[in-house]
Amino acid sequence: MDMNLALFLTQLLNGVQLGLILFLLSSGLTLVFGVLNFVNLAHGAFYMLGAFLTAAVALATGSFLVGIVAAALLTAVLAAIVEGTIARALYHRAHLEQVLATFGLLLCAQTAVHYLYGPSGLTVPLPDWLQGFVSLGAITLPTYRLFIVVFGILLAIVLWFVMAKTRAGMIIRASATNRVMAESLGIETQAVFTGLFGAGAVLAAIAGGLIAPITGASINMGGPAVILAFVVIIIGGLGSVRGAFAAAMIVGLIDTLGRAYLTSVLATIFAPKMASTAGPALASILIYAIMAVVLAFKPEGLFPPASR
Amino acid sequence: MTQPAPLMPSPKAQTKSFISPSVFGVLILAGVLWILPFVFLSIGQAFLVDALLRAVILAIAAVSLNFLAFTGGMVSFGHAAFVGIGAYSVGICDHYGISNGFFQLAISLGVSGVFAFVTGTLALRTKGVQFIMITLAFSQIVYYVMLGLDEYGSDDGLIINSSSYFHVIDLSNKTSLYWVALAVLFAQIALFRCLNRSRFGLVLAAADESERRVRSSGLDIFRYKLVAYVLAGMLASLSGVLYANLTGFITPELMDWTQSGDLLFIVTLGGMGTMSAPVVGSAFFVSLEEALSALTIYWHFWFGLILIAVVLFGIERLKRLALEFSGRLR
Amino acid sequence: MKQLGRSVLSAAVTAVFATMAFDQASAASDVIKIGYITTLTTPASSIGRDQQDAVNLALERIDRTIAGKKVQVIFEDDGTKPDLGRQKAEKLLMQDHVDLVGGFIWTNVLLAAEKPILDAGKILISNNAGPSQLAGNRCHENFFSTFAENDMLPRAVGEAMNKGGEKKLYTMAPNYIAGKEQVAGVLAAFKGSAVGADYTKWGVDPQLDFSAELAKVKASGADTLFAFYPGAAGIAFVKQFAESGLAGTVELYSTFTIDQISLPVFQSGGVKAVLGSHVASDWSPNLDNPANKEFVEAFKVKYGRLPSNYAATAYDFVHFVKAAIEQSGGDVSNTRAVSQALRNAKYPSVRGAYKIGNNGYPILRFYSQTVVDGPIWTTKVDTLAMENVQDPYAKDCALH
Repeated sequence: MDMNLALFLTQLLNGVQLGLILFLLSSGLTLVFGVLNFVNLAHGAFYMLGAFLTAAVALATGSFLVGIVAAALLTAVLAAIVEGTIARALYHRAHLEQVLATFGLLLCAQTAVHYLYGPSGLTVPLPDWLQGFVSLGAITLPTYRLFIVVFGILLAIVLWFVMAKTRAGMIIRASATNRVMAESLGIETQAVFTGLFGAGAVLAAIAGGLIAPITGASINMGGPAVILAFVVIIIGGLGSVRGAFAAAMIVGLIDTLGRAYLTSVLATIFAPKMASTAGPALASILIYAIMAVVLAFKPEGLFPPASR
Repeated sequence: MTQPAPLMPSPKAQTKSFISPSVFGVLILAGVLWILPFVFLSIGQAFLVDALLRAVILAIAAVSLNFLAFTGGMVSFGHAAFVGIGAYSVGICDHYGISNGFFQLAISLGVSGVFAFVTGTLALRTKGVQFIMITLAFSQIVYYVMLGLDEYGSDDGLIINSSSYFHVIDLSNKTSLYWVALAVLFAQIALFRCLNRSRFGLVLAAADESERRVRSSGLDIFRYKLVAYVLAGMLASLSGVLYANLTGFITPELMDWTQSGDLLFIVTLGGMGTMSAPVVGSAFFVSLEEALSALTIYWHFWFGLILIAVVLFGIERLKRLALEFSGRLR
Repeated sequence: MKQLGRSVLSAAVTAVFATMAFDQASAASDVIKIGYITTLTTPASSIGRDQQDAVNLALERIDRTIAGKKVQVIFEDDGTKPDLGRQKAEKLLMQDHVDLVGGFIWTNVLLAAEKPILDAGKILISNNAGPSQLAGNRCHENFFSTFAENDMLPRAVGEAMNKGGEKKLYTMAPNYIAGKEQVAGVLAAFKGSAVGADYTKWGVDPQLDFSAELAKVKASGADTLFAFYPGAAGIAFVKQFAESGLAGTVELYSTFTIDQISLPVFQSGGVKAVLGSHVASDWSPNLDNPANKEFVEAFKVKYGRLPSNYAATAYDFVHFVKAAIEQSGGDVSNTRAVSQALRNAKYPSVRGAYKIGNNGYPILRFYSQTVVDGPIWTTKVDTLAMENVQDPYAKDCALH
């Protein structure tokens, strides 16, 4: 197969993989915002904790999968505590106050992790069956990335199923669309809130656990991740899981393909030295520019939830 | 027949005396700030003067944000971009050998004005969280652009060899810099106080409350908001100009979203909406940073806790105090 | 009225808060005060910790005494930020009244902080950052370093590649000044052909997924890969290098990516791909000289881990300063004499004796090294890669 085509397909897969991780990260966030009207910067802390807990448990037990499961459970507990104490006190406050308070929470979490695990972070060892490569014709893909894609798609399907076909999903969608109506129909909104908050945190933790074997668990990974997640849910439409999926895939693909090809594309027009500087810089800006454009012309996002 | 409800809320305090309590308070504050450097020098802590300068310059950026966020209801998470534009105006001019302060000032006001106009036109089509995010996006764009320009130092930063030259004032002298900064700070405070009480401020505040009502009286909200946004941006760039003269060294990190977050924290901490809020807030912020970081390397933990505590327990009380005694609207 | 009270109260509290943070520095002249600016917060603090530990170990071994006077080292954190570094420098000068300043991991922090320090007439000794800006016509009689100018290490890597017989090189580095300098340094010395180069996104949110670039490396047919990825990005890069399958076909050379700071992390993560990769360095834990043997042993005993090259240059810093002050008559306030003495100081360096160039930068020996397996993964010296080569900027320096 043509080398360029093989490279392109590899990049495509990487973009899909990034998109799925972003989806896991942002699906919880969009629901928490859509239903609770709560801006949560501490969501990045759950992502980071997921990575660290997965790493710590995996190193202790020798099993990566046990690590992920343990991380998910521990995060669920932590999220419930945070929701009950801090988040609940902020639901009726202005967004700015929510931003500041949850930013404070993120700082606390980062420093705590620094204190507990040291400054260098942790790496996660992968089991043998997840290492190595898979050959699909002339392309070889890292097994683990394929695993993330498969696992991510499965989770996405489960999420879709829950949202579209179960009673719990119906309650969530109802609360997202019109909370007052939902309440007046007798739905236990506080239980929905806690459940949503916890579910969102668990999804973020799983995302962190999945990415940890590739990039390692580092103390500062929460901040940029949560900003990226907000970009995704703004593009997709606040409160819409469908929108989060679409936006996450778009952002993942554009970011990956941009990083891979922008420099070469620019080099055809400009001098190579300028292209090698402008390329990566442009790739970083691309996502924000897209969000700005979407916000300017379709502020409610690409796939907003059905309005009341 | 009952009187129709007024379309715009009447100002709360039509003060009769020339100097209202709030103005008096601010004057006292100005006086204290004037004397503090001498106090610090006399106890042999020259370093505190530097910290004070930083606090004042930070406060300058916070004043315009205070107006934008509180009166106009526009919570900008990209305010640090304007500070950065001001700083890099000085830096880039100096890089090409231009140290004329008036020229640098013109560039700073011009570029920040244009940037505010363009980004404001787009951003003001949104509100709430979308507005927060889009202003964040714009400041991140500026950050990455400056990061990518090797010519101006990028991550390594830009060294500024000579301070801005303003014929009569010598900004390389720390004392002069301090007095200029104080003057700029209180001039801005006075300006925004006047604006708050003017028709302009009333319209903005009313629009924050209910856009529909104000629009139905025939006013173009968008234009008012845009003017406010551009004005705030241009005035914030002054903070950057002074900052560049203070440190002689600037990096793109000046414009990172966490810096904008710090500014929002300062405004909130000071009791958003009062005139002294930015000053009080930045003084607290700078001292808190200094005090905590001297105690432990894990000081961000305590900082985060204080942030949470201030928001959970402090804001409401501060807001109420502010509303009662600062003669503000609503 | 309440606002008035609030304003006064807040000003008073502010003053109290601020003064609370600072201790009254006693200007006793029988204490030698050394300021040390390093990174103690953020993930990069693992480097700062090594420097701090090494300095403390060295102080212990000299009994905290130089020329009969007590030595006090004041550590300050730069948080990797240049403006913080400058602030701390000013604090050390104006408040703590230090006699000289050392440390500095990052070039941009050093460039921000050097002006106040050198303008105040104090001596500045870098322990890692080596900006070319201070090596040429802006060299200063009070500026020194215990580590080479920034270009020298990548050049040594290029020479190591030549010694290793490598032919086709692909380079990967972050897209900022240091990244470009490292690559340029390697290319300046490497005699083979460069078949590709990638600069990845850097900044507060650096690119941590290198799958795209690694795929391009594979496609290019390169037999050598050079990478420069400090910090968390380095760990991510190496892991992905391991998973890309390139480890068998491509020789990995790196700077500031694989060292005694990151090796324990790789070891606990079972990242075997680092074994057999190459670095170049002026130092190794098993470098064979008496001073180094003592240093490594003592460090291991006291801290339970092997020191890194950052620790080595920091340890040397203390002995360097001690030798110079004692060889110049013992009066640290006589900056002129101390500066002269620093230029000619003879002290037991863990890297073996070396000369100091006219611009204050040392002229070091660099060794080509390989990462080896064992109870503790570490680097082993293979061969001498480069020696007696001074940085190219020294000829522009007017000092002698």
